[in-house]
Amino acid sequence: MKGFQKYFFVLLITCGIFATGWYLSNYVNNKKINEIKDIQNKIAIDILSSETQFSLLEELSCQDVDRSILSQEIATLADKISYSEQNVGDKEEVQFLKKQYTILQVKDFLLSKRIAERCKQKIATVFYFYGNKDACTDCTKQSYVLDALREKYPTLRVYSFDYNLDLSTIKALTSIYKIQSSLPGLVINGKTVSGFKTVEEIESLLPKELTNPPKNTPISGVKKTP
Amino acid sequence: MPFSEIAMYIIVFLAVYVQVFFMVTFFERRKHLNSLHGEETPELSQFPTVAVIVPAWNEGTTVHGTIDSLLALDYPKDKLEVIVVDDGSTDDTWQEILKYKDNSQVRIFQKENGGKHTAVNFGIDQTKADFISCLDADSFVAPDALKRMINVFQRKPDVMAVAPSLIVNKPKNIIQHAQKVEYNMSTYNKRMLAYLGAIHVTPGPFSVFRKEVFQKIGKFKKAYNTEDQEIAYRMQENHMKIDHCHTAYVFTSSPNSIKKLYVQRLRWIYGFINNTIDYRRLIFKTKYGNFSFFTLPSGIISIVAVVYLSFALLYNFIIFIIKKSTEISIKGFNLSFNTNLDWFFINTKTIIFISVVLYGMIIFSILVGTKLSKQGQGFHWHIIIYLLLYSVIAPVWLLKAVWNTITRSGQPKWR
Repeated sequence: MKGFQKYFFVLLITCGIFATGWYLSNYVNNKKINEIKDIQNKIAIDILSSETQFSLLEELSCQDVDRSILSQEIATLADKISYSEQNVGDKEEVQFLKKQYTILQVKDFLLSKRIAERCKQKIATVFYFYGNKDACTDCTKQSYVLDALREKYPTLRVYSFDYNLDLSTIKALTSIYKIQSSLPGLVINGKTVSGFKTVEEIESLLPKELTNPPKNTPISGVKKTP
Repeated sequence: MPFSEIAMYIIVFLAVYVQVFFMVTFFERRKHLNSLHGEETPELSQFPTVAVIVPAWNEGTTVHGTIDSLLALDYPKDKLEVIVVDDGSTDDTWQEILKYKDNSQVRIFQKENGGKHTAVNFGIDQTKADFISCLDADSFVAPDALKRMINVFQRKPDVMAVAPSLIVNKPKNIIQHAQKVEYNMSTYNKRMLAYLGAIHVTPGPFSVFRKEVFQKIGKFKKAYNTEDQEIAYRMQENHMKIDHCHTAYVFTSSPNSIKKLYVQRLRWIYGFINNTIDYRRLIFKTKYGNFSFFTLPSGIISIVAVVYLSFALLYNFIIFIIKKSTEISIKGFNLSFNTNLDWFFINTKTIIFISVVLYGMIIFSILVGTKLSKQGQGFHWHIIIYLLLYSVIAPVWLLKAVWNTITRSGQPKWR
């Protein structure tokens, strides 16, 4: 090959390598999205099953209710969605899955609450509203605090919500609990607090049953902060 | 897409482009390479006179080995003269050189210290040979090297200089083994650059020049202790062809510690940057061919890329440390590693797949270079050591060379 013909030919091959890399990346990322979808479907079925179980409660005793409403996959689901937000190209698809995840969390909360009321149990919940890195500089720190609390109290139910997610459920939650735009925002067992809170500050707002647990522990469940 | 990601894609694109360029050249010339490989030592139709200059400065321990290897060259004794120039050594170099005073093939000289290029120029003035070469007093030549190189000149009358393949002599530690891998890769790169007519350095160890080169464009000039590079630039500017004879082997001593390697590479890179600045008029000019459109731009790009990547890496490292220390201050120190080896968390961004291809091509060039240098075949774990070691230490000398150039804080020492 002579002169600039070769430069052009090499450019074509290089573009070909990039196109192949892009195709492979897309292919694998689609597999990842599908994995998240599968997990969400499984969780949706689990919740539906629990709801059905709850409807049958009139005829059942509280002991028969499955205490671990959400399946174990939810522990990694939040991590996977968070990771995909950073690394998977298809933002729209990831946002859609995130919305689904948000709704599943709310459903889980409502169902846990109803079961707790029916069976006369106490549950401890934290709603955590976070924003993106630029808007919420303390959110990373707050996530670590909640991770630490979750490790300390495995029965604590932490639900995390992206404040900026375009979803009516989020709007309803922020309006019910009067969450302001100064993030992070926390709702600890129904009480709204805003700004960064330390482990000790959050502990002081948690029910005594959790921090000094009686023999009968509340409903268990594991959540992670995306 | 953030700026950092765009910059990364551009850098990787250009790096892939350079490797593909080499690879396309390789496949274009594969038949020619195969025909040369394992070729018997050529029989020359005639033996032109050759002078090999050995500039020596405090090389008392190695100079006799260098001279002996030249005397052992498979070349008629009356056609080969060895000119040894002691460049004001302060050790026993001159005593070692004196041992050859009665050898008819060896002429010895002593002068005041003035730098390697002054010693070589002094030697050039002492000879009327048709071909002139020089050999650093820390290198040794294979017996058939000169015949093979003269053969190139005889087959190609337009070739004005021929560079040999450099091989690390008896590597002992891991740093030298890594350099051996690097030198083998350089053999591949240099062979491909030769096909492209775009060689940018005629290495101090045993590059052979036609005497007309010095008559037409002058002798070596002071050039940031990389005079062997400057003369190659000058030859390219004057459209003098430089070829590479990959079957002519020269064994050279290599730095045996990180510090010595750092000093050597700082000198090389500083030389490359400053010679390129001095000869910037050659960049992107059609009349200078691939040297102008490929060699110089790819060298500049690699320097810019390494500078950028070093800062990006440093920035990310600082961010990581800040994040980790915040996490530890809140959650406490936890030694347990995340054992979650879910494939999901393997990075599958486009750039990762392309980087795999890029590293594949680099390893390919090392493997071909190793074969061309006749230094074994197949994959060796030293390749991994080389890639890891150089990705950590190469940015250091490169950044320092850029820093020295920007601040004009003096050129690096020879050693």
